[in-house]
Order: sequence, then structure tokens, then C-alpha cells
Amino acid sequence: MSTRTRQLELEVMRYDPEKDEAPWFQTYTVPCLEDWVILDAINYVKEHLDTTLAYRWSCHMMVCGSCGMMINGEPSLTCKTFIRDLPDKVRVEPLENFPIERDLVVVLDDVIQKLHQVKPYIIRKDDPPAEDKEYIQSRGSLAKFKQLTMCINCMICYSACPQYGLNKDFIGPAALTMAHRYNRDSRDQGKSDRLNILADHDGVWDCSFVGACSEVCPKHVDPAAAIQQMKVDGAVEFWKQKMGITGDKS
Amino acid sequence: MSRRPYIRPMSTTTWYMRNGRYKVYVLRELTSFLVMFYSFLTIFGLAALAASPERWNAFLASQQSTAMIIFHGLALLYFLFFQTFPWFKLAPKAMPVQLGEKKLPDSYIIIGHYAAWAVVSIFIFWLAGVI
Repeated sequence: MSTRTRQLELEVMRYDPEKDEAPWFQTYTVPCLEDWVILDAINYVKEHLDTTLAYRWSCHMMVCGSCGMMINGEPSLTCKTFIRDLPDKVRVEPLENFPIERDLVVVLDDVIQKLHQVKPYIIRKDDPPAEDKEYIQSRGSLAKFKQLTMCINCMICYSACPQYGLNKDFIGPAALTMAHRYNRDSRDQGKSDRLNILADHDGVWDCSFVGACSEVCPKHVDPAAAIQQMKVDGAVEFWKQKMGITGDKS
Repeated sequence: MSRRPYIRPMSTTTWYMRNGRYKVYVLRELTSFLVMFYSFLTIFGLAALAASPERWNAFLASQQSTAMIIFHGLALLYFLFFQTFPWFKLAPKAMPVQLGEKKLPDSYIIIGHYAAWAVVSIFIFWLAGVI
């Protein structure tokens, strides 16, 4: 581990709902080690400079998805953004497109509700298998959605999405991706249950394929691709119904 | 302790100036104005064709002026860089092809689109009597 230090000027957005009318910036000078990430610098502020700073983090290893923030205007996990890749002055803000609860903590209630809305779980229409049996799935069937299961709900995609920024009713990248993940799962039979939500005005068709969600996704889930695939699936389903071709029971 | 979440406003008219990614997206979406222009041009041309041979010839001549040729050339370049190239690059995302456990490489789908484009272009040139 390197011991070389670098002085980082960290501009942090502060907001105290009991005192402040609007957010403001506070600058801290942080002596950083060469291999630090932004989260290390924020932790240093909390431990040595200012104990009042509020922010979320847990794992420090790109698993929990709780430390997403705007770093110099770009939404990213602070645990994966190395200081060595950034200039000497770094501005840290809470994730865009979300209300600020306090300092760097945002209110995520809306997207949590949207995740529930798309029924992100396996829905079965027929009887469950006997107790000692499992749902069999081939590797090929798993490959159809495995990439989508990598989502850690960090909500960085919502922060990058201008459609969500402009219209809070849009279901948005992560929740739609989660719906696609279950629609693609060969064990699931709930596609028709999710159709009304996804095909609705605020569903997939509100996405205009800016593609920013996929570019910022720290887990390479590619939500933009998932949403376009849902549009194709939706259009095929629409024509099937128009032409009286009944699809599978899911 | 009371909750009073602060909502940062997002401008509905200048939001796309926020970063380069949004600007490129808006440049792509602006091609819709050119699509509108060419839609009207087609309707105008068809009306001329339906009216009389003189009107049709006058329409053709108007499209062969230096100014119009430069405009069509610039429009073609704009479409290429902000519509064709980005959309063909994105095609494998919307239409991935899975064979067993493996995905067909993206390059195959992209090359397929360019090949289809070439075939359609050659057909149109043949139809127009250019080749």
C-alpha cells in the first residue's frame, strides 16, 4: 500500500433540512493516499474533519449499491471511483433526479415503490413442483437473463436518465430491467401480469434511448438494451393479439 | 427532527446542456426535423408529378440547383453521423441473437445492418435508373 499523499480539495454538497433553505457547498482539504477511492476521502472527512456529514455506504466493494453520488457531475459509485483518475478538485453531490434528505443522502422511496410495482419475482400459474423437486432451467435459458441479475439497485441509472428527471411517473431503467429479467426467466409465467404496467404510457415507451443509464451502470447490466428488447417484445405481442395468434400462457 | 426533502429543479428547456452525452442525444433527435423536411419534399414532388409534366420537370430542376445539392449533401452527412452510425451501433442491444448459451457477436448484427442498407440502396439506385 502506497503512503504517498495527495491533497484533494473536496467540495461537498450540504443540506440540513432543519437549518438550510437550499443546499450549499462546503470544501474540505483531504490528504489522500494514492490508492484511495472517493468514498475513502468522504470517510476521512467524517472521521477527522466533520462528524455531521451524512451519507450512505456499507460494503466498499461494489456490492451493496448504497454509495452512489454525483462525482464532478457524473453519477458513480464512490467506492469504485479512484482519486488518481480525478483532478485535484472534486465536487461531490447527492444523486441527481432524487430529492435530498440530508447532505449526500437522497430519498429513494419512489424507485423502491416502482420496483415493487413491476412484480420482480417469479409468478407461477400452474401448480408448484412437488416438495422434493425443483424448477429445471437450462444454461441457455439462464444466459438469456443472467446479465440482468447483476443489478445492485444503486439507482445510478435513474440519476443519469433525463426522462426520469423530467417525468417522475416514468418507471425508469432499473425497475424496467428487473421486469425484463423476470419476463425472460423460463421459470416465470407472469409476463401478462406485468404487461399493463410496462406497456402503459409511463412504461417502456417513455424511454427515448438516450442510453446514459447503460453508460453509467457500474455492473454493466445495460438497462437501455433491456428496455429496447421489451419494446420489441411488446410490439410482437401487440401484433400477435391483433392477428388473433394466442401466445404462450405466460 | 423533521423531514423536508429538497428537490433540485430540472430545466425543461436547457436540461440537455448538462453533459456531452445529452447533447449527442439531442443532435440525434434533431434529425427528426430533416425527416419532416424530406416528408414535405416527397409530398411536394408527388403533387408536382400528379399536376403536369412541366411541374414535375420544374421540381426536378429545383432539386438540381447548386444550393439544393449542397443541402442534400450536408443532410446526408448529418443523417450518417447522427442517425445511421449510432443506430446501427445500438442495433445489437435491441435485437440480440442468442445461440444456445452464447450470444452472436455484436459485430455480426452490425455488419448485417450495413449489408442490408447496401442491398436496399443498390435496389433504389437500380429502380431510379442510376445503375
